[in-house]
Amino acid sequence: MTSTRPLLELNGITKRFGDLVANDSVSVSVASGEVVAMLGENGAGKSTLMKIVYGLVRPDAGTISMDGRVLDIGSPRDAMDAGIGMVTQEFSLVETMTVTENVALSSVGLGRVDVRAARQRVMDAMDRVGVHIEPERMVSTLSIGERQRVEIVKALFHECRVLILDEPTAVLTPQDVRALFTTIGRLRGTGLGVLFVSHKLREVAEISERVVVLRRGRLVGERVTAEATTKELADLMMGTAAAPDQDTAAAVGLPVREKPAVGGSEPGGTAEQVPVLRMTDVTLEREGRPLLDRVSLDVMPGEIVGLAGISGNGQTELMNVLAGTDIPTDGRIEVDGTDVTHLDIAGRLEAGLGRLTEDRRGSVLPQQSVEHNLVIEDLRSFTRRGMLDKAAIRTHAEGLIERFDIRAAPTDAVATLSGGNMQKVLLARALARRPRVLVAAQPTRGLDIGAYQYVHTQLQELRGSGAGVLLISEDLDELRSLCDRILVLFRGAVTGGLAVKDATSERLGAMMTGESVAV
Amino acid sequence: MRLVLRGHEPRWVAPVAFVVAVLVTVALSAIPIRLAGANPPAAFERYLVTPLSSTLGIYEVMLTATPLLFTGIAVAIAFRAGYWNIGAEGQFLIGAVATTALALNFPGLPAVVALPLGFVAGALGGLAWAWLPAWLKRRGEIDEVVTTLLLNPVALLVVQGLLNGPWRNSQTGFTDSDRFGSGYDLPSLVPGTRVHWGFGVAMVVIAITWFVFGKTAVGMQVRAAGQAPEAARFSGIPVDRLRFRSALVSGAIAGLGGASQVMGVQHQLTQGISNNYGYTGVIVATLGGLTALGVVLVAVLLADIAVGAENVSLVLQVPTQLGAIFGALLLLTVLSAMSLRQYRISWSGRRRRRTPAAAEESS
Amino acid sequence: MSINVLALLSATLTIATPLVWAGIGELIVEKTGVLNLGIEGTMYFGAFTGFLVALRSGSPWLGLVTAIVSGVVAGLLMALLTVTLGLNQHVSGLGLTLLLIAVCEFTFRLLYAGKRPTLDNKFHVWLPDVPVVDQHWLTYVAFLVLAPGAWWVLRSTGMGYRIHAVGENFEAADVAGISVTATRYVALMVGGALMAIGGAFLTLSVLGNFTLDIINGRGWVCIALVIFAKWRVWPVVLGALIFAGTDALQLQLAITTAFSSIPRELMLALPYLAVIAALAVWGRKVHYPASYLKAYRRG
Repeated sequence: MTSTRPLLELNGITKRFGDLVANDSVSVSVASGEVVAMLGENGAGKSTLMKIVYGLVRPDAGTISMDGRVLDIGSPRDAMDAGIGMVTQEFSLVETMTVTENVALSSVGLGRVDVRAARQRVMDAMDRVGVHIEPERMVSTLSIGERQRVEIVKALFHECRVLILDEPTAVLTPQDVRALFTTIGRLRGTGLGVLFVSHKLREVAEISERVVVLRRGRLVGERVTAEATTKELADLMMGTAAAPDQDTAAAVGLPVREKPAVGGSEPGGTAEQVPVLRMTDVTLEREGRPLLDRVSLDVMPGEIVGLAGISGNGQTELMNVLAGTDIPTDGRIEVDGTDVTHLDIAGRLEAGLGRLTEDRRGSVLPQQSVEHNLVIEDLRSFTRRGMLDKAAIRTHAEGLIERFDIRAAPTDAVATLSGGNMQKVLLARALARRPRVLVAAQPTRGLDIGAYQYVHTQLQELRGSGAGVLLISEDLDELRSLCDRILVLFRGAVTGGLAVKDATSERLGAMMTGESVAV
Repeated sequence: MRLVLRGHEPRWVAPVAFVVAVLVTVALSAIPIRLAGANPPAAFERYLVTPLSSTLGIYEVMLTATPLLFTGIAVAIAFRAGYWNIGAEGQFLIGAVATTALALNFPGLPAVVALPLGFVAGALGGLAWAWLPAWLKRRGEIDEVVTTLLLNPVALLVVQGLLNGPWRNSQTGFTDSDRFGSGYDLPSLVPGTRVHWGFGVAMVVIAITWFVFGKTAVGMQVRAAGQAPEAARFSGIPVDRLRFRSALVSGAIAGLGGASQVMGVQHQLTQGISNNYGYTGVIVATLGGLTALGVVLVAVLLADIAVGAENVSLVLQVPTQLGAIFGALLLLTVLSAMSLRQYRISWSGRRRRRTPAAAEESS
Repeated sequence: MSINVLALLSATLTIATPLVWAGIGELIVEKTGVLNLGIEGTMYFGAFTGFLVALRSGSPWLGLVTAIVSGVVAGLLMALLTVTLGLNQHVSGLGLTLLLIAVCEFTFRLLYAGKRPTLDNKFHVWLPDVPVVDQHWLTYVAFLVLAPGAWWVLRSTGMGYRIHAVGENFEAADVAGISVTATRYVALMVGGALMAIGGAFLTLSVLGNFTLDIINGRGWVCIALVIFAKWRVWPVVLGALIFAGTDALQLQLAITTAFSSIPRELMLALPYLAVIAALAVWGRKVHYPASYLKAYRRG
């Protein structure tokens, strides 16, 4: 498979950010017509390495070469000129431009642009890749999958010989993932080298010929994919020899064992139990368009209910109407028997609602201290005679820091914390008030294994204490390892639900694209 | 050689950066002083040292600092809340107009009534002028920067219109209002000097601001609304309402400044009642780090230079605008220095990436 | 009451000219995501340096060239502060305006304390005997060359694509190999030159002298026009004509007897209030360039 001469070669790449070593002398190569997977968990240094290759970050040491020639890549333009193309994790498209304009963007000069010729070239490039999207469409009207295809066309628009895909499947439906793999196969046939960066073992095993594993910034192993077992790769990736538990398996996309039945917490078992969260026909309309379409669901005490769906199908809106940042146009929301539909945020928290959003950085006050962030939602309890009770705030913070194992001092600015610690602060803030139900959206996205497991443990403990959890996630493996029931959100409506034992990824995938299945 | 982000910032960096900025400002403003034919060291002694070297000079500085204290803290409050009120100039003017309206219509009020009412009128005037942009921002998300800016020339036209028309001086016929009744004269804070109670009121306002921001829940919420509005909204803080109210408070305080200036210094409305105090307030607030103490320090510094500039213009014939040049330069250099201090100089540039082995290989 | 419609139209075009120059300058800058509050000072700077050199050299052309250079320098300064150093755009722009105005006033007082110098030789009006088209050449250029040119550049050229991409998504522009820094620098320098020409038009074409309140908030008006126009060229021109029309109308009304009882200052305030009203009606919840007010840092 591997041709004799590598095309792209990274040699001894090292990058430090202050004390943190993001990449420690990493060497990787990709040959023509070869798909190399780079495997590593979140925070292992994959993204930094990719940014270095694409000229967005400067390495402290090491070389990048193509065809044996050492390159000096100082900007994405240099990388493009050298024949390197990249599809970044967060797409780099200008939403207010058309597909043609976006694809042509990297090759326009300063003078007049011949739009007709550009459109023709874009269509030719689409034909080569096997993608068909109307070139005059505005990017803002494209689906996530379509946007990714535009990104690939854009990368290949230049004489690109190595294509880097950074976590390309993170936001795709199972069907879109299939389409992507077909495209990759087709491109490999034309002699393109592909570097496929992912933390999902299963995908890596399927698509690549060779796999390199990155852990804590260091290259810890390299295998021919066909000869390696998934367990071996998982061990390399996590640095443990022990069999991965449920959480770890879910985190890396390994098949998840069926969850053992938890005694006594059979959901809906006792008829007189009041649901901790009940949504009845909740609708949210904007400019006449329903973003949420009569959503009804119950979360019982001692139950974790999952909400699956492809990003953009109403998850954010659902979170907002629950969190109280949006008021539903119609319908009713009850928390532990109290109607909170028209309550403000303070009232909802009072009623027993806890919240954890996907936008972690948008939920903290980055310049303020940990202790202030911990009390900002409940300042009334910390005010005495009109003044803030600083001693009480400090005691409160110290208690939570200990209980939630937050690695920070009460006075540290939250902006200086790692993603995992920041999530712990948010978790501590939400759980400190002993909510009856916690609504959590993508609570583990971007976290390393340790923090990932920690969050899961906390959610399970919460269930054990008799509270309920509504877990909104795009990660089917996470949902299957944690939930009692999984509901599916499609185009703003709940299209069905499955008990976890019935929720295979095929069935969930079908439902996520609009096929209704009875609860 | 290139700039590299620092990992950790040593303690000495911030003060050193500040000192460097001040030195750069001094060096740059030496150019116009030279062009004016004066000797920069001698001039700077008069700008910075002379005003503070006599008791009389210090009182002059306090007097000159008074309007800047009002506009500085007014701007700081709005900026803290994330509301870009650049209309303190107009709010100051309309505050002065409102106080004048009161004084001209009820000239005979005794001081015990006239002074508090005069301040209330000024505050209401400034608040009213701040209301429209704040309301437009809250209702229609219309950028407050533009509307507050546009209302500044309008406020000046209001002053000029009144002075050319109904309020023209009845004795002289000049475009100044009549002198206020003696009940409206703010008494001296320090007997025998021109420093008036406006300074005291400004210090009280600043002390209250310090207390609210440092000690109360509302202060913490306003800060949150300014620093991270989305997160504040998520935490149930009424961001838009807090911003709206901060905008009004800001306008009211700027208006107090106008009231203090007409009652304490001019005792009549004049076209030049605001010597760019509103715009200078932006410099004071920003350089003061939007803090109460910072506002006091910067207001005093700029007042010191303004008093010095008057002196220099008389003695050395350097136009008084040098004070304004110095203030604006100081703002830009200090901000630049504070940005640059995050970096350190690395003498090994791009070349360092090549290890010796790789360099050999490529050659 | 009689209003001379032809005189009104003629005055409207003249008053609109500096707003078209500076407004399009601000538009180009803002399209890249930078708010240049230095506009007021840059116009002032251009008006002053242009006047000073024209006065000393006797040539308005030399004055215009000087104004352009001054505008480029002002834009360069703004770029240094907001692009390279990444400082807050509101404060930088306002600081720049205060600095430039203070420098001009300082120099003016130093050189001409108490005097009112006037240019012997300013730009002449073309077709002086024909109503409405009796305009300065800078007016012709503004409406017939600058506006269509800017429209075409922003719409159909690679430069326009770059500006659009930097303003809407600078990470995407960077990944596409477009230098965010260079694009913003160029926009600020070109925009600064256009603003300075707008200012110099007042001293070199219209007035022939310099007064300390020469710009008097026109820069702020331009910023409002750009928002009102939702960052499109022709609506900026339209907005400038509306403002100028209001201004010309109040000038006309002031000389008709029917309105002589209304204070002149109220009439002078009308155009500003008209702009605020226009913003209140059409400027609600507009889509700002996505990278507006943000400094770009890689990685």
